[in-house]
Amino acid sequence: MTARDTILASIRRSLGVRGDEAPRRIAVAERLAKHPAGIIPARGRRESERLALFRSMMQLAAGTVEMVARRDEVPGAVAKFLRAHNLPPALRRGADPRLDAMLWGRERTLDVASGPSDGGDAVAVSHAFGAAAETGTLMLTSGPDNPTTLNFLPETHVVVVQADDIAGDYETLWRRLRERYGPGKMPRTVNWITGPSRSADIEQTLILGAHGPRRLHVIVVTGG
Amino acid sequence: MTAPLTSPRFKENARAALADAPLQQALKFVEVNFIARRREVADRLPEFDALRDAARDIKNHTLEHLDLYLEAYEERVRSAGGHVHFALTAEDARNIVLDICRKAGAKTVTKGKSMVSEEIGLNAFLAANGIAPIETDLGEYIIQIRGEMPSHIIAPAVHLTKEQVEADFRRVHTHLPPERSLVEPTTMLTEARNVLRERFLAADVGLTGANFLVAETGTSIIVTNEGNGDLTQTLPKVHIVLATIEKLVPTLEDAAQMLRVLARSATGQEMSVYTTFSTGPRRAGDPDGPAEYHVVILDNGRSAMLGGAFQDMLRCIRCGACMNHCPVYHAVGGHAYGWVYPGPMGAVLTPSLVGIDQAGHLPNASTFCGRCEAVCPVRIPLPRMMRAWREREFERHLSPASQRTGLAFWAFFVRRPRLYGAATAAAAFALGLLGAARGRFRRLPLAQGWTRHRDFPAPEGATFQAQWRRRTRPHP
Repeated sequence: MTARDTILASIRRSLGVRGDEAPRRIAVAERLAKHPAGIIPARGRRESERLALFRSMMQLAAGTVEMVARRDEVPGAVAKFLRAHNLPPALRRGADPRLDAMLWGRERTLDVASGPSDGGDAVAVSHAFGAAAETGTLMLTSGPDNPTTLNFLPETHVVVVQADDIAGDYETLWRRLRERYGPGKMPRTVNWITGPSRSADIEQTLILGAHGPRRLHVIVVTGG
Repeated sequence: MTAPLTSPRFKENARAALADAPLQQALKFVEVNFIARRREVADRLPEFDALRDAARDIKNHTLEHLDLYLEAYEERVRSAGGHVHFALTAEDARNIVLDICRKAGAKTVTKGKSMVSEEIGLNAFLAANGIAPIETDLGEYIIQIRGEMPSHIIAPAVHLTKEQVEADFRRVHTHLPPERSLVEPTTMLTEARNVLRERFLAADVGLTGANFLVAETGTSIIVTNEGNGDLTQTLPKVHIVLATIEKLVPTLEDAAQMLRVLARSATGQEMSVYTTFSTGPRRAGDPDGPAEYHVVILDNGRSAMLGGAFQDMLRCIRCGACMNHCPVYHAVGGHAYGWVYPGPMGAVLTPSLVGIDQAGHLPNASTFCGRCEAVCPVRIPLPRMMRAWREREFERHLSPASQRTGLAFWAFFVRRPRLYGAATAAAAFALGLLGAARGRFRRLPLAQGWTRHRDFPAPEGATFQAQWRRRTRPHP
């Protein structure tokens, strides 16, 4: 008997089941197919307050948030952020079509590269799939246009998110993800990010900038 | 070769811990920080207690159907291009990991924090086989360079002061100038970040644990604040997930319920910084991510806990709230428990995994104050289960003879209420007379366990039962 079969047999022996009982199989198949939602916190429900909730929760997690009205204002906002923090005017970004469409060339001093990071980049810019206002959590998905390394290696991470993509809760994000990728399917990596990297392992003193970014800046695009 | 066990020496361990001044200083932070932070976020979320009920129900449902969810999960991982390996014992799991590392030609393995890896003694095994394991969570890194076990399941180095960590960094990081200042924890964190960054980029295999496995999608979930787990699993060409069978949840929605109680109970955060969902290896066209994805699913005695008195323990999501709120843990820290899992959850789980004959002291090291159960995010009845272990210990004649005789003596009286009342009244009267002068006893026969550490107050007046009778007697 393989280890797999031994373990399954041991589980069934302990539970007093055979494994082919129809009611158990139906219960499992239904739950997997219908994925019922449980308790959803009311705090994210009100659409008019959602953006403010996202912003305050992200700030609580030590991230910074700014709003721009139009997508083509993003490169300028990034350049300004880098200047304000005395960071070199260079960044690496994913090839996400929404980032591609922005006029990065207009920022003449900004040196923009794209593709995955090898650890040599100080600043990365990513586009989020969406966000959940309930805890100020961004959701990023990996794919040809969105390298995961950009989320973790550079010291400064700037994430662009459309205001429409900020949901009240996690369950809404799962629904949108299923619409995009199909039921039961996931991209290789889904990253939920709530603030910059930190550790409290020395005397439980919270220090920002452990292995991931020291700074997380979110640019919310409120219009087109 | 599993993690070394000193649980049979709990009493000696505890005595040493109480006399350890730096440890006592470090433990003060646990009592202050974790409790207040959890309270604050729990109070901010009106649905928190309802979410705890939901989390309990999800885990119960999953455990009752665990065979079927495991099959569904396995099928999903495979269809996403990943490999699933089942391991019955710790030894099986170690060999599977070693085999994957060898096939990858690995010299170094970076590691995210994994308690299961501690349980199976993986680091010592890999090192003995010529592969260098590198812990990357700051706390785990600190205890690795000290050659210690974690003393807490989410804050492995919680038993250390910053002065101790500074001394270890100076001892190990000899390539750095000895005159550098490490007074601030920030500089120590930066130093560890720089040292480990090179290791991340050079590693051949990255190994992480899993907070949850999702049957619906074949996904493994890790939750970290540092981002070390993500660098561990993104940069090397092979990602190994080491998990146990009870980590399963059915769906992404169920995972969302669990995640809402995990960080709040553990660190008192609304959400941990990084919650990462991994499904299979990198896809066609992906610019980064591992080329191979392996999941090692370990049983190690857990399937035998199903359907029995300790099944509820398999709901545990390893948040650490029970130990953060435990007066015994506050007093002696995690190492005294003598194995991988300390505190109340360890006092219940350790006897299941290593045997009550080895770990009998642990369920006895409780005041039964009930705070662990009151804060548990999946409502595990920890005190009741510790009591169940005590009963088993007694039934199997594992408790010492003096204790058994004492209990038999007490049982004789307590079954005869009148005799009990008369005997205690007589004893209280006699002790009251004897101790009237000083008001207390320095020593008492049969009670040295008490009087060695404190005086025994001399009884005054009537016994509680006599006073109670007087009070409840109807007034004339």
